[in-house]
Amino acid sequence: MSAAEEWELYLHLPFCVRKCRYCDFLSFPAGEEEKERYVRALIEEIATQKNRPQAAGRPVVSVFLGGGTPSLLSPSQIRRILEAVRSSFALADGAEITMEANPGTCGKSALSGYREAGVNRLSLGLQSVHEDELRGLGRIHTFADFLATYEAARAQGFENINVDLMSGLPGQTESAWEETLRRVIGLSPEHISAYSLIIEEGTPFGTMYGAMSRDLEVYGEYEEIPARRRASYGDLPPLPGERADRRMYRMTKELLADAGYARYEISNYARPGRECVHNTGYWTGRDYLGLGLGAASLERGSRFSVTADLKRYLGFDGGDFAAGRQYGDVRRLSKRERMEEFMFLGLRLIRGIRAKEFIRRFAVWPEEIYGAVFARLTEQGLLSRFGGETDPERRYALTDFGLDVSNAVLAEFLLDERE
Amino acid sequence: MAAMDQSKIRNFCIIAHIDHGKSTLADRIIESTGLLTSREMQSQVLDNMELERERGITIKAQAVRTVYHAKDGGEYIFNLIDTPGHVDFNYEVSRSLAACDGAILVVDAAQGIEAQTLANVYLALDHDLEVFPVLNKVDLPSAEPDRVAAEIEDVIGLEAADAPRISAKTGLNVDQVLEEIVARIPAPQGDPEAPLQALIFDSLYDSYKGVIVFCRIKNGTVRKGTPIRMMATGAQAEVVEVGYFGAGQFIPCEELSAGMVGYLTASIKNVRDTMVGDTITGRDRPCSEPLPGYKKVTPMVYCGLYPADGAKYPDLRDALEKLQLNDASLFFEPETSIALGFGFRCGFLGLLHLDIIEERLEREYNLDLVTTAPGVVYRVHKTNGEMIELTNPSNLPDPSEIDYMEEPIVSAEIMVTTEFVGAIMTLCQERRGVYLGMEYIETTRALLRYELPLNEIIYDFFDALKSRSRGYASFDYELKGYQPSKLVKLDILVNREEVDALSFIVFEDSAYERGRKMCEKLKEEIPRHLFEIPIQAAVGGKIIARETVKAMRKDVLAKCYGGDISRKRKLLEKQKEGKKRMRQIGNVEIPQKAFMSVLKLDEE
Repeated sequence: MSAAEEWELYLHLPFCVRKCRYCDFLSFPAGEEEKERYVRALIEEIATQKNRPQAAGRPVVSVFLGGGTPSLLSPSQIRRILEAVRSSFALADGAEITMEANPGTCGKSALSGYREAGVNRLSLGLQSVHEDELRGLGRIHTFADFLATYEAARAQGFENINVDLMSGLPGQTESAWEETLRRVIGLSPEHISAYSLIIEEGTPFGTMYGAMSRDLEVYGEYEEIPARRRASYGDLPPLPGERADRRMYRMTKELLADAGYARYEISNYARPGRECVHNTGYWTGRDYLGLGLGAASLERGSRFSVTADLKRYLGFDGGDFAAGRQYGDVRRLSKRERMEEFMFLGLRLIRGIRAKEFIRRFAVWPEEIYGAVFARLTEQGLLSRFGGETDPERRYALTDFGLDVSNAVLAEFLLDERE
Repeated sequence: MAAMDQSKIRNFCIIAHIDHGKSTLADRIIESTGLLTSREMQSQVLDNMELERERGITIKAQAVRTVYHAKDGGEYIFNLIDTPGHVDFNYEVSRSLAACDGAILVVDAAQGIEAQTLANVYLALDHDLEVFPVLNKVDLPSAEPDRVAAEIEDVIGLEAADAPRISAKTGLNVDQVLEEIVARIPAPQGDPEAPLQALIFDSLYDSYKGVIVFCRIKNGTVRKGTPIRMMATGAQAEVVEVGYFGAGQFIPCEELSAGMVGYLTASIKNVRDTMVGDTITGRDRPCSEPLPGYKKVTPMVYCGLYPADGAKYPDLRDALEKLQLNDASLFFEPETSIALGFGFRCGFLGLLHLDIIEERLEREYNLDLVTTAPGVVYRVHKTNGEMIELTNPSNLPDPSEIDYMEEPIVSAEIMVTTEFVGAIMTLCQERRGVYLGMEYIETTRALLRYELPLNEIIYDFFDALKSRSRGYASFDYELKGYQPSKLVKLDILVNREEVDALSFIVFEDSAYERGRKMCEKLKEEIPRHLFEIPIQAAVGGKIIARETVKAMRKDVLAKCYGGDISRKRKLLEKQKEGKKRMRQIGNVEIPQKAFMSVLKLDEE
């Protein structure tokens, strides 16, 4: 791998107004002083990268400011962070610089400031256009707040905007989801991420919906769950069953396709040419460096991440950062693991994986490793090959059914230790 | 050691229901005769195996010798033989009793007599043992020693008014018990000059010494170099070492003579040469006849044991062989299942025995096992006059070749407080029990006698008994014989393929009900696949019940970004690991525990 190989940066800004009920990201409320201390530490961490030979001269094709709610930082803080990035890294011309923002946290002037600081793509967490659903999720904004932020962003010249939406919410009907989709399509953002809600342990939703969600995995539909189990859930609105969930996915795909958004990943849709550069990097195995509390990295075949302990992080000085003391769980990936990741990440993309890319990385055709898996999954209607058997341009991609049950399919690409 | 004065020897055991304090009293006796100081004592010295301590039951017989300085000034040798405490090991109990001259009956002064106590007391009286009662746990507020003493007199007919009232836990009045042992247990009577005649009551395999045989010398004397012969198995050997039992250790001595309890080793390689109940005699000067009561123990319950990982088959065989070194009643032979691959058909004395072996295989030998439903031994009489003993349902001949079948029947005694008599009778009816009679032990308790098919009680009868009597019923049974019965083989088809390891034999009239429940249970156990899976129960090719595991249509992890990748990998690994722990039947993955489903049909 040459030093000039492209890579990307992820900057974690862990602050939020308050935790949403489903959220298991590393985020928490904080005061102004604490935020400023964090920004200084982050800038120090970025600055030490200047002297790291591994980073020198390596073109950065995208920067992602994620959280938390990065828009809780002031434009000048964002500007200082991005200036530090520019001075330490070889930021490529036209690099995608995305910032996550929550409606209700940033006004016109703030947006204008972020724009001037260099942010050229906004990712707005909307989730739903319905107030009852927003309240249920514990979001801090209304749909009207979102509209105001969206219009302001457009007015300040943001011409690349993503909107995050969420299906599979408690009590959500298919028509409610349809309305969310239609109203957002009406605004014409360049990109839409449509997730289904995941009930995570250790979140309020995990406590409230954990049992129901596990039972739904076993029984598929709410009505199929034995009544004695249902009785234990309390007075909660039911989560949509498998059938409704799947219909919502289908509807998403169709409505968005009609409106000119192509599905390019399991949950991501974009106007042509507007696919997210940064996230596509994750799925195609591009290296990325994570900076800031808890941020994960993939660099030259190793995965590692920054400590998730805020006190420790704030206590580091330039010397600690230079020595890499912020990192924990460094894990060198074996060739087997890299092949597995190439497959289970790459197949999240609708276009799938290219055989040529596999041989370029691993010096072996994918069929030699996965021939039996390909055959089995193809026979089950979960995978398709595009291009002839010997065509170097041949691709493998999941079918619609394969995408619906992707966990079961992707698990097949894990190899036994000895292989 | 000079020839032992037999009048100073007392060989005895303790009879008690589980939890009535047998092991605690044994500890106190050992402690107060000064063999061990209480600091050296690990609680319950005699229960050696870790498993025995955990379960609070005795699996193998143990023995210990102590010296007691009696109030009459004499020095007495006590040989305390601890007997296994479960109905599965009835025969072992009877052999241990035969090695004794007397028994202490321990009865919980709060709970009174239980069915098992009664069974063991009768067993002891049958062996002409002198039995004297002791009332334990008198320190409990709920203790009613007067009532229980009266109960012992009424029910068993043993004089109990003056029985020591003790607390084995605190040591209260244990000294009275020691004096009673001297006074009431008869000294052994045997001729040390007569030909050797010794009863084997247990054996233990030691990798250095070979089999260590636990025996009671009835007549004659044995010492190092004595050529011996086992009268039933015919095995011959030359004695290498004799000795007696210290606490947790073997103490060699010169000789064992009539009346003594001890061990001998003779470079014997296999416990099957030294069956419990056999008589050891001198090769050159044999006794005229063996001691009475020997019988070959046959397994009552069979099941298939398979390694979860097929590659571990040789490990499982080695482990079973090692366990068998110490357990002559464990039977196994190789078998093959279409569903489970290579494994073993294993025979056990009962479900507890099965449980113990399974747990030891998993714990001590680190094996992950798939167990098929346990079944009893059926007798299949074929139209050609041949009779086969069926231990594996898969081997059932074609129905056209079967004239009739027989199943084992036990006679059972259930002791229960009168308020639950109705509920217990209902339970026995449901299990095809034949009512034999009922006796009132006192106004509040009754002893019910039933004949029950063994296959109705091996699974969960004991649990059902406990739950329907709020824990108050106790239960004992013995095999009575075989009896013709309308039996059929119930087959289970998963995705239209018959799964041999799920078949079981069932009473014809229960087939529909069992089949239906089995399908329901499997529906819960088998995870959803990407296609629909019918689960069917069939008798003789006719489908009698059906359930469907619906196809999984959605299983997506919506988000996967930079920070999620390690987590995503773990999730996929878990998914894959889960599959590894399943058995592939056709294209359906069946979890290991599904093969035991039949055991859980009566839950809820």
